[in-house]
Amino acid sequence: MNFELFLSTLPIMAKGLAGIFLVTLVIILCITLLNKLTSGKEDK
Amino acid sequence: MGAIFSNVLNLQWQQVVMWIIGAILIYLAIKKNMEPTLLLPMGFGAILVNLPMSGAITQIYDGVKEIGVIDLLFDSGIANELFPLLLFIGIGAMIDFGPLLSNPKLMLFGAAAQFGIFFTLSLAALAGFDIKDAASIAIIGAADGPTSIFVANYFQSNYLGAIIVAAYSYMALVPIVQPPVIKLITTKKERMIRMNYTGTKVSKTTRILFPVVVTIIAGIVSPRSVALVGFLMFGNLIRECGVLGSLSETAQNVLANLITLLLGITVAARMTAEAFLNIHTLMILGLGLVAFIFDTVGGVLFAKLLNLFSKNKVNPMIGAAGISAFPMSARVVHKMGLAEDDQNFLLMHAVGANVSGQIASVIAGGMILTFFG
Repeated sequence: MNFELFLSTLPIMAKGLAGIFLVTLVIILCITLLNKLTSGKEDK
Repeated sequence: MGAIFSNVLNLQWQQVVMWIIGAILIYLAIKKNMEPTLLLPMGFGAILVNLPMSGAITQIYDGVKEIGVIDLLFDSGIANELFPLLLFIGIGAMIDFGPLLSNPKLMLFGAAAQFGIFFTLSLAALAGFDIKDAASIAIIGAADGPTSIFVANYFQSNYLGAIIVAAYSYMALVPIVQPPVIKLITTKKERMIRMNYTGTKVSKTTRILFPVVVTIIAGIVSPRSVALVGFLMFGNLIRECGVLGSLSETAQNVLANLITLLLGITVAARMTAEAFLNIHTLMILGLGLVAFIFDTVGGVLFAKLLNLFSKNKVNPMIGAAGISAFPMSARVVHKMGLAEDDQNFLLMHAVGANVSGQIASVIAGGMILTFFG
């Protein structure tokens, strides 16, 4: 059992999940933009 | 005559145990149809490398080192991360991101369902693994074989064989692992929530630009792991571009199957009795299960959290499909939805969350590499 190492990973858990959500939000934003920008073109 | 069979004396009982493990993997592949393209060559490879003085792996004969073909394949296909990356081209070509592109919010479930990775990282660290091995074990929760291989190999983990066996076994066992966990943390009423599928049309331009944009974002955020996302998205670009139909077919079928086959037998290089038969292998199998369970918990609880603030309720089971095990997880959720209400069709939402999980798991792999690489 390595309790010290365990405690040191807890902030990484928070940072890792926050990082994934942040990147995901950027991708969602890009998809939304792509959908808006290209749907008009296709309609024409 | 005696000289012919003298090698029998070199046989150790641990090697016989590995033959049995190899036979079990072959049995699961053939009789249970569990990831046969991988488990069959892995099982055969486990037997091949555990024959006494096996020439398939590097041995010293009469003081001279002779390189074995499995070790040669390992050095040229896994140690440099080539096989997992090539496999990603095939996987990228298989995935239709359409359901995700028509409802991008589903990507949030893919992100939430990576919780198991980080939970397992902490647990593996607590169990006494050093931080790089803990990170390699945690990535089993990516529910994505190539990412597990890439990360574990990047960290030069001593437990590569066990990690891959765990990752692929649990992916095949998703229909057994996920339902009880989902049922435990949702009510029948929640599982009966219906979701309308509008199926917004996605333009061809969006489908083509999507893999390029995701590669650029991932490359900027986590340059070290950009090859992972890049090869996945390259495969998808081949699929969506519309001018490489036969190459797309080849990537989805022949390339993916061939690389998986080579990957399976090559992984056997790390399945020698001395490397595999230890308490750590059992611990890794246990931690892998924990990773899958907490991925599911993360996705479902996130969906329930969203429901607290949203007018259009989400069926929380969709969150469970956010793990990357594609397409098993989406099928599991769809079937569970139908079991509660035979008019509740969750498949398209689940597939959207499931392909999001594929991207999110690769991003998670990149995060892990960035933190500990």
